[in-house]
Amino acid sequence: MSQRPIHFYFRGAVRQLEGAAPSRTVLQYLREDAHATGTKEGCAEGDCGACTVVLGEKVDGQLQLRAVNACIQFVPTLDGKALFTVEDLAAIGQPAGTGLLHPVQQGLVDRHASQCGFCTPGFAMSLFALYENNPHCPSRSAVCDALSGNLCRCTGYRPILDAVPAAYAQERVSLERPAVLAALDEMAALPALDYSAAGQRFIAPRSLTELAAARLAAPHARLLAGSTDVGLWVTKQLRELGDLIYVGAVPELKTIRVDEKGLCIGAGASLTDAFEALIAFAPAWAELARRFASAPVRNAGTLGGNVANGSPIGDSMPGLIALGAQIVLQQGDQTRRMPLEDFYLAYQKTALAPGEFVQAVLIPPPPAGQLFRTWKVAKREDQDISAVCGAFALTLTDGIVSRARIAFGGVAATPLRARATESFLLDKPWCAATVEAAMDVLENEYTPLSDMRASAAYRSQVTASLLRRFWLENGGAAGAPVRLADVETLA
Amino acid sequence: MNAPDRNPPPGIGAGLPHESAHLHVAGKASYIDDLPELAGTLHAALGLSTVAHGRIRAMDLSAVLAAPGVRAVITAADIPGVNDCGPVKHDDPILADCTVLFHGQPLFAVAADSHDQARRAARLAKVVIESLPAILTAEAAAEAESWVLPPVEVSRGDAEAALTAAPHRLLGEVKLGGQEHFYLEGQVACAIPKDDNTLHVLTSTQHPTEMQHMVAHALGWRVHQVTTECRRMGGGFGGKESQSAQIACVAAVLAVRTGRPVKLRLDRDDDMRITGKRHDFTIQYEAGFDDDGLLKGLSLLLASRCGFSADLSGPVNDRAVFHADNAYYLDAVAIRSLRGLTHTVSNTAFRGFGGPQGMFAIESVIDDIARHLQLDPLAVRQINFYGDSHGEARNTTHYGMKVEDNVIAPLVAQLAQDADYARRRDAIAAFNAASPVIKRGLALTPVKFGISFTATFYNQAGALVHVYNDGTVLVSHGGTEMGQGLYTKIRQIVAHEFGLPVEDVRLSSTDTSRVPNTSATAASSGTDLNGKAAQAACQAIRRRIAGFVAERLGIADEAVIFAGGLVSAPGFDATFAAVVADAYRARIQLWDAGFYKTPKIHYDQATMQGRPFYYFSYGASVSEVAIDTLTGEYKVLRVDILHDVGRSLNPAIDIGQIEGGFIQGMGWLTTEELVYKADGSLATHAPSTYKIPAVSDLPPVFNVALFDNANVEDSIHRSKAVGEPPLMLAFSVFFALRDAVAAALGAGARPSLDAPATPEAILKALHGGTL
Repeated sequence: MSQRPIHFYFRGAVRQLEGAAPSRTVLQYLREDAHATGTKEGCAEGDCGACTVVLGEKVDGQLQLRAVNACIQFVPTLDGKALFTVEDLAAIGQPAGTGLLHPVQQGLVDRHASQCGFCTPGFAMSLFALYENNPHCPSRSAVCDALSGNLCRCTGYRPILDAVPAAYAQERVSLERPAVLAALDEMAALPALDYSAAGQRFIAPRSLTELAAARLAAPHARLLAGSTDVGLWVTKQLRELGDLIYVGAVPELKTIRVDEKGLCIGAGASLTDAFEALIAFAPAWAELARRFASAPVRNAGTLGGNVANGSPIGDSMPGLIALGAQIVLQQGDQTRRMPLEDFYLAYQKTALAPGEFVQAVLIPPPPAGQLFRTWKVAKREDQDISAVCGAFALTLTDGIVSRARIAFGGVAATPLRARATESFLLDKPWCAATVEAAMDVLENEYTPLSDMRASAAYRSQVTASLLRRFWLENGGAAGAPVRLADVETLA
Repeated sequence: MNAPDRNPPPGIGAGLPHESAHLHVAGKASYIDDLPELAGTLHAALGLSTVAHGRIRAMDLSAVLAAPGVRAVITAADIPGVNDCGPVKHDDPILADCTVLFHGQPLFAVAADSHDQARRAARLAKVVIESLPAILTAEAAAEAESWVLPPVEVSRGDAEAALTAAPHRLLGEVKLGGQEHFYLEGQVACAIPKDDNTLHVLTSTQHPTEMQHMVAHALGWRVHQVTTECRRMGGGFGGKESQSAQIACVAAVLAVRTGRPVKLRLDRDDDMRITGKRHDFTIQYEAGFDDDGLLKGLSLLLASRCGFSADLSGPVNDRAVFHADNAYYLDAVAIRSLRGLTHTVSNTAFRGFGGPQGMFAIESVIDDIARHLQLDPLAVRQINFYGDSHGEARNTTHYGMKVEDNVIAPLVAQLAQDADYARRRDAIAAFNAASPVIKRGLALTPVKFGISFTATFYNQAGALVHVYNDGTVLVSHGGTEMGQGLYTKIRQIVAHEFGLPVEDVRLSSTDTSRVPNTSATAASSGTDLNGKAAQAACQAIRRRIAGFVAERLGIADEAVIFAGGLVSAPGFDATFAAVVADAYRARIQLWDAGFYKTPKIHYDQATMQGRPFYYFSYGASVSEVAIDTLTGEYKVLRVDILHDVGRSLNPAIDIGQIEGGFIQGMGWLTTEELVYKADGSLATHAPSTYKIPAVSDLPPVFNVALFDNANVEDSIHRSKAVGEPPLMLAFSVFFALRDAVAAALGAGARPSLDAPATPEAILKALHGGTL
């Protein structure tokens, strides 16, 4: 590791940046330092998408382009990456100075997709990433996924969705990838970043060994991954973070593998990548994955961060706990593992020891015949924090419940198993009467709080209702639809 | 329909893109925070109250002043002029003085070298506030008879006698939540000192003139010392009509104090805590009706939460009273309107301006009647519609205005047919009978909305049109651009008058030094007023050019035509630019101002009788929804809209307003829930907790059509206002949800469903009103 400026590719060249505090956001850098004001601040908490930019990284030899929220990314995390903003779009695939718009921009103009225009640069960037990553026009649901982190208050979204086929109907243009990849290679040859400014240090180890050593050497330092939560500590609470150890440059932490021991997801894998693996492992993750935060938050945030953060409303944990996941912790060259539910000791308190960090999450192979579902219930479909998030994993043997793991978020100080309900179900026949009785147990299993998302009474009731839904989807339904997702207009 | 001018004039009616669309998509449309800062610009932040109601005992700001980068700190005592930014009554302190009136009220302001430094410094204050009892809800205000303005009563006939005589009577109550504007660009102003005690204020506002007045009052200056300017807002929706004043005033006071430019840009959470929202209402009614559901008598109570000050609550609540009929004839009716003073943020204008709340009340009444009688709600709606405009009966409103342009019956009939309402109603009943978990609902609701400011004097506008001697045109007018497409429509109107392509016409920012004494861009009136004013200016210029050409050719002025970029007459054809160049040399005045005032309107505020509206806009929508009875979650499956914009000036922009208004209204009635804690603080002050519609909320089937109509009044090219009316089209979503809940509860059920209909509210209604 060496002390050096932050290096990143921006506006066609590798830029060097020094002097900026490590917790200065990319949005502050763009607007206040680079005077590039096309990228807007709408909320400074990663919830509106007005600040959407696209980051480029080299993954498996290819350029990976992903949209993220600039308002909660810190500038040193740009090190070794490429940054694209709305000002870059018009130059892509066009001779300089033609003044022509990028196809996604022209599509937005042609379909009347901007009114006040303040959210529009963010939409353009989310659509740019979608366009670059899809040679053919994606489905409406794929477009909605890509735009799940962009709010528009004027249009009602219809013309924005229509802009996508309009963009694909134009002659296709592409980012000049070789130049970007060459710049990324050039920066990859630099030593690991050790950056200090304004009395704050930011180090970005490049290997698990380096990370473990750095963590031991500075147990007081804050670990930083996607900053989708820690970013808000700065922008909203104005907290001083102190020294930061960034885990995003450690390749081993991003590995995802499936073998006879199950699915192992490195703590630094993005939620986007982690969910792709989880869905392949157990398709029931798909609905939760789609509703988990938003595309840019899933691109930046990590599964390790979601789990390590220890929030009672983290949406990955109920499903992971129900599937019997283990958390792998590392300190120095020692690792230990424990059931994920044992990691959570109390509200925002975990079993993580000083000098220790989360290395991976390990999900064992499912028992034969295991039934699994995980759902969140919230006010809004896209990007909302759960009122309740629940997961059920049941194994039936000859119609008898032989194994039950149920976990919930949003109903206690930590993600918590419903052990009384699990015990009640065990060895009982999987039938309506059992479910009815188990719902009574489950409704009283937790003592949730009332807050702005839901009342305690609603949370208790929904907790039990999700068990009924689980039953209806796994043997109990008599033909009528049980899921909103299955219902279309009676045209 | 008497429809003059069925064919739109050329150039008008084209679906041109927004005049800034090419800038929006490129990040090149500048909002105030994007403009290059002058050297020395300071950044301000506000210190907020953490108590809902109390007396300030001590305010130690020494740590704030000592914080890095801080250049100035001000409190109420430092405001040189009047410490007030209330638009009507003078009860709106810029900074709290002695007494704190809501949680989040600004107490002091700080200016520092950077935005971040100002925000950090503002948190260092040591403030001691002695808490006093706080009134937090509309009901509590009504109980305590705590009013920002006295109650208002409007009646016609003998409602009590009609209720007594009616074959059926029903009592009902429903709560209707407020709404945060959530303009994507938060409140912002930048005040720049100029020479000789003058100030230039860049402000994101719908009401530049009022900002000019407020800033002058705050400084103790005369109005001509202050210029306010706004090129565009990143959304307004009513939230930047009066609410931008506090921001502009603080920036101005700090700028004058420091002699440096000062920018105040609110952080989103501060913005949501400090600025007013849509009024929430508690509605109670007693209705009398016959076997067919025809209303015979109605007694209606509309109690609103106004917050700590009057702001625009008077006219907002007046409009609720005026719209308590929606599209229905109320024969014997008594309406009581309560304007509750509470220790919460001062509620304000929001798209619809009280109209939506009044209309929601009568829609709830009609829906209840239909459910009680077990009739299709559409049939009950139709039977209660206003009668034929040309007849003698059932066509005068409860405020004494004859409805002369009524198209609601044919519009609804056409929509019901286009959307296949009757067949889908049967199909849904059949589906519900066989589906215990998922229930569907369907509703068709109408909209009739009055167009004009109810304060008659606001219905005026000015414009300034420059024709430069190369034939290009620059237009200034009193309206502001918040995304609604006003500048685009004005550009089309002006281009049409001169027969020019729109590229030859450019709009300048809205600036009080170019067009004075402007009205707010509000009440959906922007194009109606400013379009006519711009047209008048163009016509004056055109008359002079025509006279110049006609004199040279020895023909009548009327023979000179402006079209296709040319000025033509029999035997004469020249480009507009060439003619203008000649006219300039002949010393013809090529610029002019235009003025417009809406005709026919009058209204007596004391009796609330008269003709407050020039005309009405109409529309209707059908929504189909499905609910999950296990969790209360739901999905809007299909929406069909038919809406009346008269003769559209720009169908692309009008459809954009209709769709956007509908989705915004849907958010208000479904996912957008403002939650206040017991201490009066707002718990939902950021997009993480306050949920406006996102992309997946767009109905998968969404059909929007314009109703073939022309304004019977002489509006600009016979178009109709479109900003606010479509918001109320979203009632169909709420009442479809209620229909689905009713389907689960069984025949005759009147679900206890309050708005917003969150999943929790739906589940509660499914459980008879309690969980």
